Amino acid sequence: MTKKKIILSILATLVIAIFAVVALMPFFFLLISSFKPGSEMIRNGLQFKFDFQNYSLVNYALIKTERDGIYLRWYLNSIIIMVLQVASGLFLASIVGYGLAKYKFKGRDFMFILVLMVMMVPVEILILPLYKEMNSLNLIDTYWGVILPFLVPATGVFFFRQFASGLPSEIMESGRIDGCGEFGIFFKLMMPLMLPAYGAMTILLSMGSWNAMVWPMIVLRTTEMQTLPIGLQSLLTPYGNNYDLLLSGAVMSVLPIMIIFALNQKTFIAGMAAGSVKG
Amino acid sequence: MSGKNNTNEVHARKKIKMLNIAPYLFTLPFVLHFIIFFAYPIISTFWTSLCQQKGFAPPFFAGFANYKLLFDDYFKMACANSAIYTFFTCLILIPLPLLLATLVNSGLVAKADLLKSAMFVPALTSVVMAGLFFKYAFSSNPTAIMNAFIGVLGIAPQGWLEKRLTSWIVLVIFCCWKWMGVNMVYYLSALQMVPPELYEAAELDGANAWQRFINITVPGVRPTIIYVLTISIYGGFSMFAEAFTLFNSARTPGDIGATIVSYIYAQGFNRNNFGLASAAGISLLAAVMIINVIQLKLTGSLGKEQD
Repeated sequence: MTKKKIILSILATLVIAIFAVVALMPFFFLLISSFKPGSEMIRNGLQFKFDFQNYSLVNYALIKTERDGIYLRWYLNSIIIMVLQVASGLFLASIVGYGLAKYKFKGRDFMFILVLMVMMVPVEILILPLYKEMNSLNLIDTYWGVILPFLVPATGVFFFRQFASGLPSEIMESGRIDGCGEFGIFFKLMMPLMLPAYGAMTILLSMGSWNAMVWPMIVLRTTEMQTLPIGLQSLLTPYGNNYDLLLSGAVMSVLPIMIIFALNQKTFIAGMAAGSVKG
Repeated sequence: MSGKNNTNEVHARKKIKMLNIAPYLFTLPFVLHFIIFFAYPIISTFWTSLCQQKGFAPPFFAGFANYKLLFDDYFKMACANSAIYTFFTCLILIPLPLLLATLVNSGLVAKADLLKSAMFVPALTSVVMAGLFFKYAFSSNPTAIMNAFIGVLGIAPQGWLEKRLTSWIVLVIFCCWKWMGVNMVYYLSALQMVPPELYEAAELDGANAWQRFINITVPGVRPTIIYVLTISIYGGFSMFAEAFTLFNSARTPGDIGATIVSYIYAQGFNRNNFGLASAAGISLLAAVMIINVIQLKLTGSLGKEQD
């Protein structure tokens, strides 16, 4: 390595490292704050001040004790919704995306345009009619009310379609010769090839579900049914003193999504590369 | 003998029939979902926007009355906020992540995988947690992080979330913090597809790093730039949760944090004025569609999607 290259390398690393540090800063400060009374942060804002001798785990005890463990109930709700949403989203989006990519049929291009259209329309304008729909289906304040309107995620369909387009069609042909049915070909031969796409999509769909705020806030009306983001947000009222749980709760709420990211991280970039836009 | 042949033939015909039906079965979930949870709600929103309706009382037709009512100061403010917010986030979030991705991809960065993952972490966090940080890091208290920081630069402490201009700055920083890593990953994956021979050839021709970036990298990842621009416009105009967590309400003092979606939310769910909320929704839909079509036209990528 030449001297010039070493200097360049140090500079480049420094630039990226600065962005990485900024990216992680909020966690660091909230983690520090979670060991102190919440009222302190509300009063003084977040500060560059570390008085380690005053730190305690009191706020974390509230996770189990506050209002008979309401926080754990929110956690459970979030996990149930995420598991249902991601599992159904992966399955349905992959089967539709595969169908769009690997078969020529009447109406295919039109259907793909519809997919793009759904991707471009902000979900937020649909919240009123969707709310009325869920209301007439008696699904307000239920898990299914949150999940149903996003059962077949358009971004997922688009992604799997892009990914499947890059897979060799000869495999399907040889499957047919071996006597596989069309569904058999999908489940036995093509699905395993789409694993990187499933990895990347698992991360993206879990992120969306775990952190969703607007729609769950509208559907889930009672405290017991709420998910983590809404529950935590409700602690941020000027009434009552819930700030202690808010801090420890916010810190704990990132764990599942971090674990999912860590587990799928390897396939993430590869999956994104093959599934993201081309041409 | 002939019986067996017959069953074979029936079997083969069944297979061909299946081959014709299969794609429709595969795509059926999307079609059903589209009709029930997309087409119907959109049509219903459009219809409601032409009606007077309070809560669940029966609606009556009112023509464009809602659209005329819409143009009050609050809605104009909300539109201006959304537009300015979108403009500035795009201004930062389109070029900067591409530069960072190019840097990461150059092989010069040590521990690139680790730093890349760290930069992706903001996208994983809930807007509530991030909002908590930004709300209190930008607290008006003179010793809070941001005020302490600008104090070092000799600037007086600000009441960040109390004024319109500074609230915008906080919102734009919030958004850039959250999406920088995601856009970088999009670009990184696109960069894998730019043939390395092009760079080698350019280097032999004596092109410097900047020239290579402009003449090879940018054209090479053009589809991704357009994709990122499209989702950024979409995200900018439908921004709500960020403002909601920062100001802790759909309506903010002096409406500084109002966005189009918070207007829809406030009219629809706080005041049960479904007609007006729907008119706002249709306006948002029209705005996003028009801007995206113009954008796709300008970048010349309309009609190329089927490739």
